[in-house]
Amino acid sequence: MGLAKRIIPCLDVDQGRVVKGINFVSFRDAGDPVEAARRYDEQGADELTFLDITASSDDRDTMVHVVEQVASQVFIPLTVGGGIRTEADIRRMLNAGADKVSINTAAIARPEFVREATARFGNQCIVVAIDAKSVQQPGEAARWEIFTHGGRRSTGIDAIAWAQCMVEYGAGEILLTSMDRDGTKLGFDLELTRAISEAVSVPVIASGGVGNLEHLVAGILQGNADAVLAASIFHFGEFTIEQAKRFMQSHGIEMRL
Amino acid sequence: MTSIAVIDYGMGNLRSVSKALEHVAPQARVRVTQDATDILHADRVVLPGQGAIRDCMHELERLNLVEVVTQAAASKPFLGICLGPQALLETSEENGGIRCLGILPGQVKWFGDQLRDPVSGVRIKIPHMGWNQVQQTIDHPLWRGIPQNSRFYFVHSYYLQPARENLIAGQADYAFRFTAAIADHNIFAVQFHPEKSAREGLRLLTNFVSWTP
Repeated sequence: MGLAKRIIPCLDVDQGRVVKGINFVSFRDAGDPVEAARRYDEQGADELTFLDITASSDDRDTMVHVVEQVASQVFIPLTVGGGIRTEADIRRMLNAGADKVSINTAAIARPEFVREATARFGNQCIVVAIDAKSVQQPGEAARWEIFTHGGRRSTGIDAIAWAQCMVEYGAGEILLTSMDRDGTKLGFDLELTRAISEAVSVPVIASGGVGNLEHLVAGILQGNADAVLAASIFHFGEFTIEQAKRFMQSHGIEMRL
Repeated sequence: MTSIAVIDYGMGNLRSVSKALEHVAPQARVRVTQDATDILHADRVVLPGQGAIRDCMHELERLNLVEVVTQAAASKPFLGICLGPQALLETSEENGGIRCLGILPGQVKWFGDQLRDPVSGVRIKIPHMGWNQVQQTIDHPLWRGIPQNSRFYFVHSYYLQPARENLIAGQADYAFRFTAAIADHNIFAVQFHPEKSAREGLRLLTNFVSWTP
């Protein structure tokens, strides 16, 4: 008896529509975030993450409506990320029914924002998203730096030190994405995941690179992640969440089934 | 038609609680409120809450709700969620030690942040976040239809330690066994979030809506 490891499907939303679409059997509208959320809930998703990639801030209200609709039909934790820059942004998402928000760029721009946000809303609802990339030099130990702009711009900040700083500022959870692995289907950066997970006291969600179910198992057993986040392997119907959970359980991982 | 007051004292996400109640009891009148009259006139009262206990107690005092909550907890079907049950006990270790409502005897303790699995040596993370199994230690109308050891969604760094064994209604294991639910007459209070615990959580809320203690 104990705490289950979590599987979190992530949906990218642009102007209220799921980007790239979701391809389930008998799925009527591939771009409908509410239907997608409902299906993932039925499959046993432990949480849902919506990443708002809407470029224009004028269209941010659309995301609020999406969250409102999802939250009135799906009763599992919802995290919203993308464009969260002010306490007003956070309040708006929480009022719409989100349980957590993830903060990335705004934390790098002004780390105190994380301290203020956790003081105001509680650390349980502030997830700090970290995009890290290996900057290993020949002959040196591996280290990782924080990158922005989809992995194109280095900040020079050490990923482990940054994760520890964010936890000290009150972050309740770390969403860790390997920019080396994101989109590759080669699996999580397990070394990175393990290093961050060991360095902080709060749960770590591993993200970036999942291509098969073995990768999810490795993220937990070798990366010491507390949760795994994936998008494409679930969106295109390759595997259901339930299949993934059964597979992970068969490898000795405690899951909610 | 039953009326339910969800006490709004500015702590955390009350929309989730009211949405879940509206979902399981579309005929009920669910009101998110900080108005004393609303709360005292409601048939049922929910005390939710997230965040820090100091702010919680401070807000309850600032809004003159201490007496109202105490009265409601003494007289109506009363459901505490997450920070709610912590506020019902006497003291909490959070924020350097805080006096709580003292409606039920007991303390709120910190898990600590240096816990490790004794076998694997892997860090045990705090907050305790995610789906854990709850062992029902008593028969209770709010557990009706919920299988033993069902999983509920938790997120907390402090845990309930009621002073009387007979207040414990459910337990969970995380680093050690802790109290996940307490029950006393018309009070039922859970450390987890039924409003975020999918089917079993909704079942618990359904049971609350029809509960006649």
